[in-house]
Amino acid sequence: MPELTLRERSVKGHRGPRLLPLDVPQEGAERLLPAERLRGDAPGLPEISEPAVVRHFVNLSVLNHHIDKAIYPLGSCTMKYNPKLNDEMAQLPGLQAIHPFQSEELSQGALAVIWELHQWLTAIMGMPAITTQPAAGAQCELTAILMTRAYHVAHGNPREEVIVPDSAHGTNPSTVNQVGYRAVTVPSGPDGCVDLNALKQEVSGKTAALMLTNPNTLGIFERQVGEIARIVHEAGALLYLDGANLNAMVGLASPGAMGFDFAHINLHKTFSTPHGGGGPGGGVLCVREDLAPYLPTPVLERSGDRYSWNYDRPRSIGRVHSYYGNFGMLVRALCYVKSLGTTGLAEVSREAILNANYLKARLTEAYAPSHEGYCMHEFVLSASRQKARGVRAVDIAKRILDFGMHAPTTYFPLIVDEALMIEPTETETKASLDAFAEVLLTIDRETREDPERVKRAPTQTPVRRLDEARAARKLTLTWRDLEAERGDA
Amino acid sequence: MSFVGRSEAERREMLQRIGAPSLEALWAAIPPEFRVRGSLPVDAPLAEYEIARRFAQWAESNADANHYACFLGAGVYDHFIPAALRSLLSRSEFATAYTPYQPEVSQGTLQSIFEYQSMICELTGMEVANASMYDGATACAEAAHLAIGATGRRIVLVSEGVHPHYREVVRTYAAAGSFEVRDVPLERGATAVPALKRLLTPEVAAFLWAQPNFEGIVEDGLALTEATHAAGAYSIASADPVALAVLQPPGKDGADIVVGEGQPLGVPMGYGGPLVGFFSVRKSDVRRLPGRLAGVTVDLDGRRGFVLTLQTREQHIRRERATSNICTNQGLMALANTVHMALLGAQGMREVALQSMEKAHYLARRAAQVPGVSLANGEAPYFREFVLRLPGPAAGFLRAAEKRRILAGVPLERFDRARSQEILVAATEKRTREEMDRYVETLAEWARRPAKAKVEEAACRS
Repeated sequence: MPELTLRERSVKGHRGPRLLPLDVPQEGAERLLPAERLRGDAPGLPEISEPAVVRHFVNLSVLNHHIDKAIYPLGSCTMKYNPKLNDEMAQLPGLQAIHPFQSEELSQGALAVIWELHQWLTAIMGMPAITTQPAAGAQCELTAILMTRAYHVAHGNPREEVIVPDSAHGTNPSTVNQVGYRAVTVPSGPDGCVDLNALKQEVSGKTAALMLTNPNTLGIFERQVGEIARIVHEAGALLYLDGANLNAMVGLASPGAMGFDFAHINLHKTFSTPHGGGGPGGGVLCVREDLAPYLPTPVLERSGDRYSWNYDRPRSIGRVHSYYGNFGMLVRALCYVKSLGTTGLAEVSREAILNANYLKARLTEAYAPSHEGYCMHEFVLSASRQKARGVRAVDIAKRILDFGMHAPTTYFPLIVDEALMIEPTETETKASLDAFAEVLLTIDRETREDPERVKRAPTQTPVRRLDEARAARKLTLTWRDLEAERGDA
Repeated sequence: MSFVGRSEAERREMLQRIGAPSLEALWAAIPPEFRVRGSLPVDAPLAEYEIARRFAQWAESNADANHYACFLGAGVYDHFIPAALRSLLSRSEFATAYTPYQPEVSQGTLQSIFEYQSMICELTGMEVANASMYDGATACAEAAHLAIGATGRRIVLVSEGVHPHYREVVRTYAAAGSFEVRDVPLERGATAVPALKRLLTPEVAAFLWAQPNFEGIVEDGLALTEATHAAGAYSIASADPVALAVLQPPGKDGADIVVGEGQPLGVPMGYGGPLVGFFSVRKSDVRRLPGRLAGVTVDLDGRRGFVLTLQTREQHIRRERATSNICTNQGLMALANTVHMALLGAQGMREVALQSMEKAHYLARRAAQVPGVSLANGEAPYFREFVLRLPGPAAGFLRAAEKRRILAGVPLERFDRARSQEILVAATEKRTREEMDRYVETLAEWARRPAKAKVEEAACRS
């Protein structure tokens, strides 16, 4: 039986938590506002008691897979353990029940948290200037490409194109387009890295920037990054690091040393803030010194023991968020780096790389890797052998769900046939990796012995395979749509 | 501290299986000159209790709404958040899942998004809502972007009654050259309809207005939308979801897009983040919608289930032709909105709105009786927020109030230097009569101070 909707649970007259009675003389909405500005009917919200609401959401919640349950190896999403202390610190009333417009004198603790996080992150990235205003990675991209435009305009010509490798995340070309540039794709070579010759052909005086994910989405370190930086800079363009895969570099390699002019961080990936079923994320953008004037307004400054926001930023691209970004995520990230410290941070990437390579080594007997050799923190398998047996990557992904584990990212990057992109992260134990490997090897056996079983999967999940085409054809997006469909409305 | 569970023996065994001579061999691809030499210039790890001690010190040096009576608003409000909401939101099943890419093991998240979309539409009077945007400001910017795409026109008019920061964000997004922004002035706190009509040329794609607006004033949404439609442009409302429990929803006024900030619905003020933007449209624009969207379908056995739908609008499929570059959104905050509306229900939501409005009016009237103090927007109808004009620099009064543990208002000088004697004051259902009477008392005491003293007190603040 599927879980009812809130509307289906609603019983007229039921109530949740109550307010105190009004303690000032009541005037009534009709006296305070013109009648035509009041809504005629009450909003169609449900009427449910508190215990029933709690049961509703608890029953919904247990239908989810989540990182506290089992491995969640979504490639490029960095589904690592989210330490509980982080949440506890972010929920301290003095860090949560505070208003963005209370005076700076009464917000020094909040500003100190942001300041200290900035010190840690700039040290980790090897880059001097920073903003934590963007809400997520894609907004960091937008911020950086807007800054790129401002930079080039200041140098006399906004330029026309931004280059993205064919293995890039969809956010890259989408961002480029949103900022009014043309996205130019460069192919990857046989080694999975950017094809330098192709890049040289594309880079010109029209090039505003190159957006590079390093390690790339194949889990391969772009070892020519120094040369790429030289080519891009010689053309007067800027080099952006999409930090989606930063978990492979924390404490191990320095984006600043590689010549990146911009580098973004997803706090919800590398710095362990919870993914929240889709968000909030936490966006951090680090930049080279001479790009700092273009950073979003305001920027945090320190003078002696006092912190303050600087709004006097004539060359800034302006604001990208209502206030100062996802502050609660900044608190969590600071808590995380302080927990890890020098030694713990150094462990993150090393153990993440070890885990990925171990899993890759265990799986390549059955699945074709996109590329041979060691990987960084993630790797891509192709289900091409299984496809020959009539089973596709999507079937394998669905079958994994039957074993209580989450599937890898599928069909990405686009340049690998039947891609399964696997990122275990450093917080999985060897036992957990072994269990996941056993599941994938079992499924491979099934593709030979009983392929129908894989194609029928999942059968052990709260619902079986869902008809996505029907959802798109017959849009049912609200309770009202549902009722109209059933003919109740 | 470490969150890695690994023994030396396991590490050896793993390397052996990989066939690697050493751990370092695994990252030989990173040229040595790009590696971190030695250790990072950061601190040593701390134990949990030491971290807790340091964060407690930072927390204690902030003024929080448990220790101060908070009359600050301007987009973020100190409304009541039920304990059951906090409990549900802290569940790992919701907090540590990600975007529901595998719907068979994400029905909890997907159905919650569907309920969220439904309730946002009930509030706004619209037909389709997405799964959330970053915040109210970016929702406005994306709405402008949608209207540009839909109309093929290049100008977006923005009322000066829209939150100044939202206006800044819209300008930031517009700076890419995809559209131009023009301001529509206010008159006695509300958008000036004659000025709007003058500015509504055939190149105008959309008019963005706020309900209630930044100064707390309830706009005539019908008049604004009718004028906008007469010019063939999109009417975009940025609405306060609490107000929508009692106000005519912009959707009923005919608005084409209704967006807004969801923070007042169960999200902590959090120093301004994480927030959550809502975004709702008519069905005719569903294919232009940015972000995630959940829909109903059936599984192989014919059981009802939920999936992300119309994903071909999105960046991971459509790449440079996507409706927006948004990927990660504010899912958990949208869930907070959902649980909040479920807990309070139709009645509770209405009560929160009505009590906030009554209290704001109680405070405004008493404050305006203090000699020298007045309501800047006169008789214009307002919801739970209003602008007070003071007999002296606002900074001095705010400081005097802080000493009495009152956060008395947002100084409008932040946004307009000419408005140094005005503050924006909000009241929610949480404010008590005692707090409001203390507020007025503090205001009266300060107002009685000699003009010279007021100026000096204000100066020593900055």
